[in-house]
Amino acid sequence: MKVALFVPCYVDQLHPQVAHATVRVLERLGVEVVFPEEQTCCGQPMANAGFAADAAPLARHFLEVFGGFDHVVAPSGSCVSMVRNHYGAFLSGAPGFDRLRRGTFELCEFLTDVLKVGELPGRYPHKVGLHQSCHGLRELGLGSPSERMEPRFSKVGLLLSRLQGIELVSLSRPDECCGFGGTFAVAEEAVSCLMGRDRIADHLAAGAEVVTGTDVSCLMHLDGLARRTRLPLRFRHVAELLAEATA
Amino acid sequence: MTGHAERAARFAADEPRAHWHDQALWFVRLKRDRMAAAVPEWEALRERAAAVKAHARARLADYLEQFEREATRRGLRVHWARDADEHNAVVHRILSERGVTRVVKSKSMLTEECHLNPYLQARGIEVVDTDLGERIVQLAGEPPSHIVLPAIHKKKEEIGELFHRTLGTAAGASDPTYLTQAARAHLREKFLAAQAGLTGVNFAIAETGGIVVCTNEGNADMGTHLPPLHVACMGVEKIVPRLADLSVFLRLLARSATGQPVTTYTTHFHAPRPGGELHVVIVDNGRSRLLAEEEFRGALACIRCGACMNTCPVFRRSGGYSYAWTIPGPIGSVLAPGRDPAAHGSLPFASSLCGSCDAVCPVKIPLHDQLLARRREVVRAGGQPLAKRLAMRAGAWVLGHRALYELAGRLARLALRRLPRALLYGRWNAWGRQRELPAAPAESFRDAWRRARGGGRG
Amino acid sequence: MGSREEILAALRRAAPPDPGLPSEPVRGTPYADLALQLGEAVQAVGGAFQRVPDAAALREAVAALAARLEARRVVSRVPEAGAGTAGEAGPADVADPHELEGVDLAVVPGRFAVAENGAVWVAGEDLGHRAVFVIAQHLALVVPAAEIVNDLHEAYARIRFDGPGFGLFVAGPSKTADIEQALVIGAHGARSCTVFLVG
Repeated sequence: MKVALFVPCYVDQLHPQVAHATVRVLERLGVEVVFPEEQTCCGQPMANAGFAADAAPLARHFLEVFGGFDHVVAPSGSCVSMVRNHYGAFLSGAPGFDRLRRGTFELCEFLTDVLKVGELPGRYPHKVGLHQSCHGLRELGLGSPSERMEPRFSKVGLLLSRLQGIELVSLSRPDECCGFGGTFAVAEEAVSCLMGRDRIADHLAAGAEVVTGTDVSCLMHLDGLARRTRLPLRFRHVAELLAEATA
Repeated sequence: MTGHAERAARFAADEPRAHWHDQALWFVRLKRDRMAAAVPEWEALRERAAAVKAHARARLADYLEQFEREATRRGLRVHWARDADEHNAVVHRILSERGVTRVVKSKSMLTEECHLNPYLQARGIEVVDTDLGERIVQLAGEPPSHIVLPAIHKKKEEIGELFHRTLGTAAGASDPTYLTQAARAHLREKFLAAQAGLTGVNFAIAETGGIVVCTNEGNADMGTHLPPLHVACMGVEKIVPRLADLSVFLRLLARSATGQPVTTYTTHFHAPRPGGELHVVIVDNGRSRLLAEEEFRGALACIRCGACMNTCPVFRRSGGYSYAWTIPGPIGSVLAPGRDPAAHGSLPFASSLCGSCDAVCPVKIPLHDQLLARRREVVRAGGQPLAKRLAMRAGAWVLGHRALYELAGRLARLALRRLPRALLYGRWNAWGRQRELPAAPAESFRDAWRRARGGGRG
Repeated sequence: MGSREEILAALRRAAPPDPGLPSEPVRGTPYADLALQLGEAVQAVGGAFQRVPDAAALREAVAALAARLEARRVVSRVPEAGAGTAGEAGPADVADPHELEGVDLAVVPGRFAVAENGAVWVAGEDLGHRAVFVIAQHLALVVPAAEIVNDLHEAYARIRFDGPGFGLFVAGPSKTADIEQALVIGAHGARSCTVFLVG
């Protein structure tokens, strides 16, 4: 199977190790990974800030770059949700858009839903807190949000829980927002940081050594807060964690 | 101009208090979760509630006419008001024509929205809010900070001090039971002396011409069954088609609002009390305009349970007053900019777009989509600062051109790696006030990929 | 054009397409033991629950409740539960509901009770003055054991407003949590609510 790797712009520039880890995880499963180099950004920063007109050309560019692939995979729930749930406003009716929308996956859901990976042979002997990023959880349905009264599941949690030696800690608030929220992180800096520190405190109280999640943006925000006050918590994107565990 | 962010920052600056506020509301959210989880058909009820409201919206005028017909047949008197001013005038006329000078009121967000209290007080009518939380904020000279828990922002010591000053409770007393009993005694006198009772309306039933009012304290009942005059004020959107539809909404309302299976008193008025009068004032005040807005009309389904506030991580840490509007939180942030975009343009941005509000809403209002749509509207109307507009335009332009994007990325990484800390973390850097910037790598992913795989074009 | 016409016209102009009114009845999840569930639900909403086999036992239980509450002034709208305090007028007999201030215990019939939430349907025609259930310091609701429904869906199938046009669900005593979310029983209405299930 061939997959086009979509690397969100901030991952490409600031957290390349997450993209490398994504490639390793996919290639270990026998997937052929290609990286279309014309890709830039999905346009989410503009779209979520309300600047739809500025986001539209980026959406069209994305379709041009990725429109020819059956499967597009990204290590980000938020950017995938942008394509799946918000591109309609820009691309509705465009040739190839439906295929793109159906074929674009967040890494973990690609593993569980497309590759049908039940279990990754790997070992990760650490106490891990799972940060369920909001867009992955509530927009992509990577898990059941705590507000909804439906059977509980977590695609990411399931993948992680099957690693040997891992202990997933249970949080007092399993899916509260970390406060990143794109431009919210700076526009509402005070509340954003308070939200982030509360999440960190929850993970620490639960005994986590490592916090993982599907979105680097949330982890970057939490990591920034934790490093400022020198808290003993490490942040690893789920791709990094899986790559390390299955090495 | 100060917006939500500045007001929120002031609230959040008192971190212990912000945490206390957060915990108090999270506690309500957890109670809601437990109650909702006990109803196996919860999600189906939400679907049904949303469907009934969607239908009622499409037929509002017909249902209001039916309601008026049935209500009139049952001896209720129906009035219509285009806006807040007319609403206040109608209520005042009903009261003054009957020589009423002492009124007790149970909770009604509509009368808050219309600023009825000051209007009546300026005309010599005493209006006493009788919901305990509302009485607390009334005595303090404040508006409610939450639509269901009006005094959630106040600590019991502050209420003790307020009651000591205004009701003569013992100095230093802050026990909630003691304070509640003091309010009970004080308000019972008001109930017994009142010449009219004012209430809101939770639901108006087109089929039967009746109205339903829900309280836990019994204040709407105390306020309406003693005096001969009852005036009930409702927005046009309060209509449900059939009596049986109430089962769906009432199963959702209290569970969502306070984590109770039902409110203590769910009172159905289908006639004035013998010898008395029951007036219903139907108010538009911007609702027909909202109905015309395709992206936002769904917000008319709101049953004012407050669940979106309790679950909102921003509301819990910024307080109701940071929204500076009658209805705060996610639903308020959708509604307020529709009224006055210039005054409330910052509210749609008072959200991390986490979507918890949508998921908790008992009538499935797509709140976070609506917040996003309101952002687009604010931007289209030029309601964002020039610097942000330019940054977005420039950002989109750079990101739209691969070579520029790669150059910008390289420069940004270089800056992060080389610039002195004092410069990087200057006043301009809101990110860095409380957070470290990411440690920038020397090489981007794409550079490494090119190097290792030699331009593996897709 | 008057306000009424203006509002209705504006709503008609703005009306979206009608998706139709869902018509299939909504069903809840039935309980295995209605009386047991009702008892739990009443207690969960802060009420007391007592099952009595017959009218004689009801009279005794109500008298015991009145004694426990040290109720001096009792009004009863349930003849089988005993008359009110000797010499005391029932609520229908006072001219003005304000005269009910000072009633310590009101005994009121419930038409049926709802197992899912502990609510009891009280019909206006059973009350005399509407205020009696809320102005009394304590409330007793008397419900026949055969009259329990599963949930509000079943409840509304039974409710009619052909008579005096008043009725309400009462679920437990008056309560508030407006001060720091601390639950306080006895806000404005009854300080206690006892549901007697008869039969």
